[in-house]
Amino acid sequence: MPDRLLHGIRRVGHRTIESVWRLGVAARFFVLTLLHSGICLRRPHLVIREIFSTGVLSLIIIVVSGLFVGMVLGLQGYETLQTYGSEEALGILVALSLVRELGPVVAALLFASRAGSAITAEIGLMKATEQIAAMEMMAVDPIARVVAPRFWGGIVSMPLLAALFSAMGVFGGYLVGVVMIGVDDGAFWSQMQSAVDFREDILNGVIKSMVFGVAVTVVALFEGYDAPPTAEGVSRATTRTVVTSSLAILALDFVLTAFMFRGV
Amino acid sequence: MERTTLDLWVGLFVVAGIAALIFLAMKVGNVGNFDAAKTYAVTAKFGDIGGLKVRAPVKSSGVVVGRVGEIGFDTQAYQAVVVLNIGTAYKFPVDTSASIMTSGLLGEQYIALAAGAEEKLLGPNDVLKITQGAVVLENLIGQFLYNKTDEPTTPAE
Repeated sequence: MPDRLLHGIRRVGHRTIESVWRLGVAARFFVLTLLHSGICLRRPHLVIREIFSTGVLSLIIIVVSGLFVGMVLGLQGYETLQTYGSEEALGILVALSLVRELGPVVAALLFASRAGSAITAEIGLMKATEQIAAMEMMAVDPIARVVAPRFWGGIVSMPLLAALFSAMGVFGGYLVGVVMIGVDDGAFWSQMQSAVDFREDILNGVIKSMVFGVAVTVVALFEGYDAPPTAEGVSRATTRTVVTSSLAILALDFVLTAFMFRGV
Repeated sequence: MERTTLDLWVGLFVVAGIAALIFLAMKVGNVGNFDAAKTYAVTAKFGDIGGLKVRAPVKSSGVVVGRVGEIGFDTQAYQAVVVLNIGTAYKFPVDTSASIMTSGLLGEQYIALAAGAEEKLLGPNDVLKITQGAVVLENLIGQFLYNKTDEPTTPAE
């Protein structure tokens, strides 16, 4: 009995130390990526290709989900606001919830599952097929050549995707609220404009999405780079990317929101 | 450097993203309505500010002329100190009065300015002397009930 107990405690300790270890390696990996970012300025087409595969290819899912989220917000918001006789506030509700929260967060979650998983799988497979080792043999730094462009591509794409998501959401809310239900057009926009502040709401949303972009790409790149070079290892790493980056997004969102919107 | 269709797509994506940001800034938000540089600050003391918040509108005759910049508490006078940032385009006489109003029955609170008759205009960091604090609904109801019980009951004839 004490033997099994001891074994259990040992396993918990091992796991804890292992995860702290990985965290340290991930931090060093992040710093290395930043240090090797110079290549992105010298060879911008590397970054452009990554913006294509993370940003442009995520466009459809982002735009369509944004539209639907906005439309649902319009319907649900109308249902509730109508009971208080303030349907005109629908614009405020849709715009504020999208610009402050839903835009950055949902776009980042979609980005993590659409682009983050792809990054991990790609790098994991590069490792499994020894392409990374081959680069090292040719004295090409894989962090500079493979990791850094993906990192910057993700950071550029994420705020743009979040902005597109919010804009499509507002449009979706407009479609449902004004075109379908018949809330007054002028009140919808003017109340929205008086309530949404550029610095307070929109810029904070952009900052949020940038932070999420960093979090998602770093997690995805590290998981890919750290994946065991087997089919199973890559598949596990991909799963871990989606889980870890989604949790990171939600936790970071709480922290950022607590800093940005406290008591204003 | 040769151009590829990929560059075109990325360019389109970036343009669309920036267009979305501009849409959010112009159509959804109120960019540059009251810049910090284009306002002057005026202070007013209130006995009770109710639920007034920073960034609440300052209105005169219903037109938004500024925003509440800062809310503090004066430990000497035991009163709330509110800094109003008023757009430089709007000049008010020195005897302007400020009162805290509520838009609608339960809506957000704002500061209403009523211009006085003086010739001299308010400058930066001036203090508004005539103020009226927020009407607290509970006090109002309390007063009403109090007055009701005070009324002599008219004997039925």
